[in-house]
Parts: sequence; C-alpha cells; structure tokens
Amino acid sequence: MKDPENELSKRYTIASADFSHAGQVSTQIKELLQEIGITSVIIRRAAIATYEAEMNVVMYAKKAEVLLSVSPDKINIRIKDKGQGIANIEMAMKEGFSTATHEMREMGFGAGMGLPNIKKNADKFTISSNPGEGTTVSIMFYLTQKEN
Amino acid sequence: MKLRDIKKLLEAEVIWGEEHLDEEIIFAGGSDLMSDVLAFSKPGILLLTGLSNVQSVRTANIIEAKGIIYVRGKRPDTDGIKMARTLGIPILSTKFMMYKSCGILHGSGLPGVNDIEKTE
Repeated sequence: MKDPENELSKRYTIASADFSHAGQVSTQIKELLQEIGITSVIIRRAAIATYEAEMNVVMYAKKAEVLLSVSPDKINIRIKDKGQGIANIEMAMKEGFSTATHEMREMGFGAGMGLPNIKKNADKFTISSNPGEGTTVSIMFYLTQKEN
Repeated sequence: MKLRDIKKLLEAEVIWGEEHLDEEIIFAGGSDLMSDVLAFSKPGILLLTGLSNVQSVRTANIIEAKGIIYVRGKRPDTDGIKMARTLGIPILSTKFMMYKSCGILHGSGLPGVNDIEKTE
C-alpha cells in the first residue's frame, strides 16, 4: 500500500446492487483511516461523504471503482462509475431533489440529500458526469487543520 | 441519562448490548431518513428510527451513534443484529411510535441534536 513518498493509496470496488451490502467500502475506509491515526473529525466527515457516494453507486450505477489516496497533507477519495450518469448536475446538487425509486426510499435513502451531504463534508468536491457513460466524484479532505 | 433509564422510559427491550446499558446518553435524534441522519446528527447521538434494515446499523456506525432505539416495535433482521454486535452498537426496541418516543425522552430532559453545543 505505501510508496516511497510517504503516501498511501488503496483501491476498492463497489460491486453490488444489493442494499444489504452497501456501506462496506466506506466502513473499510473509515477503519483504515482510524488505523493510520487520522483525526476523528476528519474520519467522520470522510466516512459520511464516502457512505453517501457508495449509496449513490448502489442505487444508480451498481458498480464503481474507489481510489483512496492519503498524503501528509490531504486525503482524496475518488469514486468512478460507468453507470447511467447524471443529466443535470446542478439540479442533482439541490437539497431535496431526488430521482429515487420507491424501493430506494423504503431503504431510508433517496431524500435528495446525498450529493449535498458529500459536498458539505468535503473540503473540496468535484463531480463530472456524462449521461450514459458514468460519473466521477472526487472528495478531498485537508489534513493540515487542527481538530477542534 | 443512562441508556438503562431510556430503556425504562420507553418500556424497551434490549435486542443486543445489555452490557452497554450504563452508557451515558447526552442527546438524541429521530428519523427514518438515513440521509437526514447523515446530514444532521452529531457524534454520540442516540438514534431513534423506524428503519430496521441493516443500513440503519451501518448509518449508526458512520455517524458514531451511541445506540439505536427502534420504534413502532421494529427489530432488525439477523444480519442487522450481527452487524450491531460486531460494531458494538447497542440496539433496543420500543413499541411506542416515533412521536411518543421522542416526546417521552425530550420531556424527561434529554436534549435533541440542535439543543446541545457542538461536541467536537
């Protein structure tokens, strides 16, 4: 996992449309960040953001590659899928806007808070998407701020 | 108040985590929407929810909840109980509805998420 430049990177795959398994990758990332001594404040934000992104993949894309990169000054989590894509990112970023199915709502998700939650927890958030091709979300957390 | 006191107030049964009943609970929140929970909770929350699937336990872990009270007599399935046990999250069930459960706890002096100072 570690490379000579004191950075850590690890790949994960979200590969199931089964709600019961959703959240495994974000839990693994949370545990890894705890192992390497990241502060609890940042772990919580990273876990929430990754969990929301993971749920979006399970609900809409079914499969995605996740790349976790940790360097001395930041954590970056990139989630890249080849799902249906997002037709209107601006709308998707609005709280309450949702394209969720009845099944998703029964699972407790699909309230239209996922992408806004990710952005709120990240220090830097970028999203790009092409309908029919997929979506890439990058979530960055700076490690140079002191824990409150 | 202790989780034991909450169990008594809500006439709840312990599904898992009897050994956690002396845990001190500082505040609580109730929702069936996990995205709202992710957006509005704070670490240490006692989560009240009627959503009894495994994602309720996963969400509780992500938000660092102290425990889960399932309302409306709900109970998680075997996978949910196993996950709660693995993660060390006590889970209880009350037959009371969400409104009544939250009202009982708030009326007994347990603050909500917005009633407390930021804990971090």
